[in-house]
Amino acid sequence: MMRLFARNRHTVQRLGFSLITLMAVVTVLPIVGTIIFILLKGGSAISFEFLSGFPHNGMRAGGILPAIIGTLYLTIGTAVFSVPLGIAAAIYLAEYAKDNQVTRLIRLAIINLAGIPSVVYGLFGLGLFVLFLQFGTSILAASLTLSIMTLPVIISTAEEALRSVPQAFRTVSISLGATRWQTIRRIVLKEALPGILTGVILGLERAAGETAPILFTGAAFFLPRLPQSPFDATMALPYHLFVISTQVPEMPIQIQYGTALVLLVFVLSMNMIATVIRSRARAKRQW
Amino acid sequence: MKNNLTFREFLITRLIQAAGYSAIVFVALIFFFLLREGLPTLAEVDGSSLLNIRWYPIEGFFGILPLITGSLIVTLGAALIAVPFGIGTAVYISEIAPRWMREILKPLVELLGGLPSVVLGFLGILVLSPYLRVFLDLPTGLTAFTGSLLLGGIAVPTVVSVAEDALDAVPRAYREGAWALGATQWQTIWRVTLPAARSGVLTAVMLGVGRAIGETMTVMMVTGNAPVLAVKLSSLFSPVRTMTATIAAEMGEVANGSTHYHVLFFIGMVLFIISLIVNIIASSVVFRAKKRAERILS
Amino acid sequence: MTNKITIESLSLQYSDGTESLRGISMGIRQNAVTVLFGPAGGGKSTLLRCLNRLNDLTEVKASSGKILIDGENILDPQIDVIALRRKVGMVFARPVPLPMSIRENIIYGLELAGEKRKSKLDDAVERSLKLSAVWDEVKDRLNDPAIALSGGQQQRLCLARVIALQPEVILMDEPTSGLDPISTGKVEAALLELKKEYTVILVPHSIQQAARTADHAAFFLQGELIEYDDGKKMFTTPKQKKTEDYIMGRFG
Repeated sequence: MMRLFARNRHTVQRLGFSLITLMAVVTVLPIVGTIIFILLKGGSAISFEFLSGFPHNGMRAGGILPAIIGTLYLTIGTAVFSVPLGIAAAIYLAEYAKDNQVTRLIRLAIINLAGIPSVVYGLFGLGLFVLFLQFGTSILAASLTLSIMTLPVIISTAEEALRSVPQAFRTVSISLGATRWQTIRRIVLKEALPGILTGVILGLERAAGETAPILFTGAAFFLPRLPQSPFDATMALPYHLFVISTQVPEMPIQIQYGTALVLLVFVLSMNMIATVIRSRARAKRQW
Repeated sequence: MKNNLTFREFLITRLIQAAGYSAIVFVALIFFFLLREGLPTLAEVDGSSLLNIRWYPIEGFFGILPLITGSLIVTLGAALIAVPFGIGTAVYISEIAPRWMREILKPLVELLGGLPSVVLGFLGILVLSPYLRVFLDLPTGLTAFTGSLLLGGIAVPTVVSVAEDALDAVPRAYREGAWALGATQWQTIWRVTLPAARSGVLTAVMLGVGRAIGETMTVMMVTGNAPVLAVKLSSLFSPVRTMTATIAAEMGEVANGSTHYHVLFFIGMVLFIISLIVNIIASSVVFRAKKRAERILS
Repeated sequence: MTNKITIESLSLQYSDGTESLRGISMGIRQNAVTVLFGPAGGGKSTLLRCLNRLNDLTEVKASSGKILIDGENILDPQIDVIALRRKVGMVFARPVPLPMSIRENIIYGLELAGEKRKSKLDDAVERSLKLSAVWDEVKDRLNDPAIALSGGQQQRLCLARVIALQPEVILMDEPTSGLDPISTGKVEAALLELKKEYTVILVPHSIQQAARTADHAAFFLQGELIEYDDGKKMFTTPKQKKTEDYIMGRFG
């Protein structure tokens, strides 16, 4: 009886573990599958001309250079606003903020910013930056919109990185006559840098792949030349992929897969860099 | 020298503090602009036609019920996929997988979270929907179900990472206690670890659902964009249109300040309030759980 | 001998209700080692952290009283805390080398104080490392990361880091608690050198260490100063029953 019971329990366990493992496999396989599929399908579209040329013939031929450059501009523009602001906010939360109502409100605000649908950011950007501040449909308006969307990712990862720096470093530095800011600048930030960098890249990766927030704030269907100033609209890879896969009839499938591939490589390489920085910093860390 | 230093310190501290407060300002600004552009709707469209089942803006029909039901049905389908698979994967990563496997899986799941939704939508159009059309013998493959499948994939990383954190936070002593009493690993997971992490797992589910409701590009590309009331089970296999997709698809073509423009902002406002509620509940659950853990451990 | 520091009815309570001080009054002699001892939670560390205002970093519920260093009340909100911390250095229980090289650790405080001249900095490195009896062991690898040193070397490096600022008072909070007997001996030997130039206040990690090093000794129990006397007298013929019980090992 006892043995039968035990055997039963272990059969249940084996079945359960198999089921859970299967679920994990089913979750992860499509990711790998998607990436490999696009790499295979899109690979043949990639050529020097595709990467360095302008689209022509109603985008059914030519290259996607303006979309690549546009996404670069938007990513940089987003970084310009969100990186300093996000890191400063993280410093406030990790180093200065007391545990009180206001701090709790800030945390709640950050959680909410992270949860707001991306298309609502688009509406907000349209209302504030494009119309109210009259930046027009522009790189500036789109970058600002993406910045606010990226902020919670940067703040929360940077705060975690700052908090992981041992408290003793701060105490010692202060006891040696450093001010709070000197301690942060010379010790804490230096030690937290890899973690902060990881968060920044992951945040910008999200911004680079987003479409909805730039739909009405800065994205252009087609431009015959590269944007000349932050007040120009721009093409962008994700929006371009959306356009050519839904809005343009008789679009050659090669170009679609090629565009998806370039976008994927852009985003994945950012992800890869972030992962490498993080694991290297973990291996090197001595405290 | 001293005054100079004190002044610099003062200035920097103020700047950092302002940056810290900015998150509150942004949430308030977003809400303000949604109200500003969305509230005129209530003056321009009367309540009964807003809660109508007909969305046909060109002729002045602004019934948002089909959009709400569209969002609900797609989200519900996505949750039915993302919740079991997300929690299962989280359990696998935190309780069952060997260390090396964990090191591979965690970045991979994170990668899925970073895949642009437009790429998934693109594959949905080209690969998934033709396949589903043939396999399920439907007139079109662009249905709520297609959207649910892809949206499930988009919500999974959120569920996995939050649930995994929660499982990870369960003290090792709980598990060891259960093993010492003769429980198998499997029983320990079900009867000890998961219940101990339940508030975190609940948060994971809520945030995953929140992520699904708010997703735009994928659903716009694969759900067929038909604003019909979706209340029957069969609606799952026909085209629908969500709130997010409606905003994304139509905002580009409306005149600023028109009724249609205001209604789209109004829908944005509704989405904002939904996400606000979801996130406040989710974070208060976490907060309470943390308090309880502190009490137990101290 | 004069009093370097005068503490007048100092009371303090932390917000979280841990350790507190109740009406402490005492004078601390210049160029001597004053030992603060007693069971854990008695207020020794709290008192040390008042002397260089490190308590500013902790949430304090209420405090009152005065601490006069050279006649100036350092609890006055108007005083220059940065200058105070340069004047009153501190060595902690656990050696905490900052995440940089040995040399950079030593000159960290000096650079913050605005010293840029390389010759001055080099002099300070050599002098302070010699005074803390670690120069011979590290002089050939000043640019190595400080974390690579042994625990005992790290602690003497931390002492040198304080000395480099040429303070007037050195606070030591159980500086040898994690060290082996040989390293402990080296630190204690350094103490004898240090007190010629500095006023040293030490929280020892054992009664034996207290007895070995104390010129003056103060016994703290639950936030109160029970007895304060010459070191020799204190450890041979304590006046208070509680002090005697503690020294004899009857509690604590």
